Amino acid sequence: MLFKLSLSNLRKSLKDYAIYFFTLIIGVSVFYVFNSVGAQATFMAVLSSQADIIVLLDELIAGLSIFVAGVLGLLIAYASRFLMKRRNKEFALYMLLGMSKGKISFILLMETLMIGAGSLVCGLLIGIGLSQFMSALVASLFEADMSALHFMVSGKSIAKTILYFSVMYLVVMAFNTLNINKLKLIDLIQSGHRSEKLRMKNPWVCSIIFIVSAAALAVCYHKVAFDSTFFTGGAGVIESRFLLVVATGCVATFLIFLSVSGLLLRVAMSIKSRYFRSLNSFTFRQLSSKVTTMVFSMTVICLMLFVTISALAASFSLRSSMNANIVELCPADVEICYNLRKGDEPMKSDLIEDMKKYGLNITENFSDYASLHYYIDDALTMRSTMGEFEEELSQQFRFLMWDSREPIVTLSDYNRLMDLYGRKHLEMNDDEYIMLCNFSNMKGVRDFALKQGVNITVFGKTTLKPKYDECQDGFIELSSQPLNSGIIVIPDNAADPDRMERNFVIGKYKAVTRDGKHETDAKVKEQFDLFTKFQNESMNPAIERLYSYNTKTDIADSTVGLTAIITFLGLYIGMVFLISCGAILALKELSDSTDSIPRYEILRKIGAEEKDISRSLFAQTGIFFLLPLILGAIHSVFGLKFAMNVFEVLGMDKLAGPITATAIIIVLVYGGYFLITYFSDRAIIRGQR
Amino acid sequence: MELLRIENIEKYYGSKSSLTKAIDGISLTVQEGEFVAIMGASGSGKTTLLNCISTIDRVTSGHIYLEGSDITELKGKALNRFRREKLGFIFQDFNLLDTMTAYENIALALSIQKAPASSIDSAVKTVARQLDIEDILKKYPYQMSGGQKQRVASARAIITNPRLVLADEPTGALDSKSSKMLLERFNYLNKDLKATIMMVTHDSFTASYASRILFIKDGKLFHEISRGEATRKQFFDKIIDVVTMLGGDVSDAL
Repeated sequence: MLFKLSLSNLRKSLKDYAIYFFTLIIGVSVFYVFNSVGAQATFMAVLSSQADIIVLLDELIAGLSIFVAGVLGLLIAYASRFLMKRRNKEFALYMLLGMSKGKISFILLMETLMIGAGSLVCGLLIGIGLSQFMSALVASLFEADMSALHFMVSGKSIAKTILYFSVMYLVVMAFNTLNINKLKLIDLIQSGHRSEKLRMKNPWVCSIIFIVSAAALAVCYHKVAFDSTFFTGGAGVIESRFLLVVATGCVATFLIFLSVSGLLLRVAMSIKSRYFRSLNSFTFRQLSSKVTTMVFSMTVICLMLFVTISALAASFSLRSSMNANIVELCPADVEICYNLRKGDEPMKSDLIEDMKKYGLNITENFSDYASLHYYIDDALTMRSTMGEFEEELSQQFRFLMWDSREPIVTLSDYNRLMDLYGRKHLEMNDDEYIMLCNFSNMKGVRDFALKQGVNITVFGKTTLKPKYDECQDGFIELSSQPLNSGIIVIPDNAADPDRMERNFVIGKYKAVTRDGKHETDAKVKEQFDLFTKFQNESMNPAIERLYSYNTKTDIADSTVGLTAIITFLGLYIGMVFLISCGAILALKELSDSTDSIPRYEILRKIGAEEKDISRSLFAQTGIFFLLPLILGAIHSVFGLKFAMNVFEVLGMDKLAGPITATAIIIVLVYGGYFLITYFSDRAIIRGQR
Repeated sequence: MELLRIENIEKYYGSKSSLTKAIDGISLTVQEGEFVAIMGASGSGKTTLLNCISTIDRVTSGHIYLEGSDITELKGKALNRFRREKLGFIFQDFNLLDTMTAYENIALALSIQKAPASSIDSAVKTVARQLDIEDILKKYPYQMSGGQKQRVASARAIITNPRLVLADEPTGALDSKSSKMLLERFNYLNKDLKATIMMVTHDSFTASYASRILFIKDGKLFHEISRGEATRKQFFDKIIDVVTMLGGDVSDAL
């Protein structure tokens, strides 16, 4: 009997349940997609031989999925509360007819079970489809090989989704039962016509709160975005400073909404000629009551939107700058480094020649290559390139490795490499040197010394003066990021052949296709393995000719392995937050509209045009959605500036694309929610239910 | 001068198999400046009649003319405009917007008509003085008594200078003291401001404030009495006589 009742309840209130059901399906599918694509991303990282980060990643994904589950759980609790409120009259009727609270709880339990099972099945089906789409999307975002990312149904993810959501539903059921037991019949019956008590807040207090919190926000913005001293001091100091700014920001955001809820109406009312036009007075009254009851939710939504915008923009930016960096910073296919020293002893030799001794012709793989040497002068440390400013600078930037020896290259070696890289040559006189650096944190420090024209002495005999008053953009080793912290280019005749430290051979493959390059990678690797083996056999094992070996393929793959996952997580968190924000606002709007049906009836009775009513509803919904978005967007402007300060790879000039992409996503998802809400609202107040 | 003429209207509900005739051929006229009450038992069709006049409901057949134009022919926007500009409504349950102050509730009737904002303030003040609600203009509905709410609703109804004020059981939710006060205001509006009022009630005491009473039974016009030169008390006794004749169960007020 009771089961039948709950089934018919479901059928009757399908419209009310639709919103709830919709929220649940979104939650389930988003959760599944996250776990399954996350698992695939981990799988991908395995392929790119990044075994060491897999453990970290697994933990990261596990932790994040709990976080995501928490967010979704709150969303479900919110939606279910909304639904319960809707049905107070119904419960009252049951109780009047003498049904026990236990039985009412049972009806609710059955309903939740049915809804839960239904949404799990639908959500998983949609999730499986969606994860395929997401995989394709992630793959298309990166230039590297993502063929490992293919369609698969992850049983583990399905099980995890079912487990997590079952727990959530159980919690919701428990809450509902608790609620039912607390209900009083008189409250239930009167719930329809209990008029809302509205208190106008003191405008002066509101204004003061507004000004103070706006000022607090400005200080936070300044600190994170423009204050260079923010990053000075130890890690602990920076961390606590950061936490303080975040906490202040959150509180200030809350206070802003609190004061705006009081001021909104005051400001609107002060413009009499507008306030008393058409339905404006009604619109603002409605809006003000909405905002007043939603201050906390608005704050949460605003902060979530802030995280969304920042995460999306940073992810897109990371992705585009990473792809661009690989193209720019990896202009050759392979780079081999060969040590020429054992302690103080010079061991003048040449990698290519040494290999030839064993019948290994490495150059046969190359269409073009360059061989160059790093020289080291023990006296020429970073400290010494700063001249008289050394003390001042080393005090200010304590974390730098002041006593590391600077790598030195000759002009002709460098220019030969630039031929290979297809970059510009350098020119200089015999008494000059040039500093190469593309790591912008270091560039700032080095430029300071160069501006003062600090002279350096190389190999104890030649004194050189800087040709330029700032670092030149350049690099030698292949990498995925601009992390060259400083190389000194000197005239050929100033170099001391005895002080050669390393021999670099950098080459471009003959092969041009992706497969051909992979083959060459394997071949070069094989030659090296042989070379290492022969050397270990023939030479004194005590002398290690350590060499490093780096290919463009490896660099690209490893960057993709890590960055792709970070990007994916960023995009993902952004999407989850965005969807949650939209859902919370939509639910609140819809429940408000249902509560407001009598008000719209009154408007109609006193002769308001349907067109004006729709316009009023549009304005209410629009402003309601815009308020948290505006503040969230302002937050993220400075949040992104902060992210750029922290992560070197996020270039300001590269940010236009990512921001556009973010804006498009926000407009599509958030705007979609807005439109759906508006049209359902209109249907509700027109009584087309 | 004749303001409202109703010609043989009928309103049917239900299907062919179970037809309910809520109004079954009613004809009547209302002169400008009249205060007409419509009385009848529950289910007699009096509220349906009012709803048809106010264009909230549509007649099945027949015609209703206000100032000579047939309002049963109106549709959509024209209907809204008619309702907005020619009629004023007072409801049993006040129908005030609980989120707005009394002032804003009254002003809304004007701003819906797109009246210039500059004229609104003085109009609200004037009508508030007429209905003796000047000191509660800043209050919200939940801060007012029932009588105050109904006077605010009345202010909203007459601020647009409607041709006809329609009141549906205006004292239905009020205690006797508030009822009396409201009805005296109605009298003032009618006598001094020349407002034409049409009021539906089942309460004899309330009806005794009108100048003419129409009795409805089972969807038909049953009887009609005018106050003429009689005192309110005499008129009230007359009403009780008719009510008794009607079946007695209409009301036992006073």
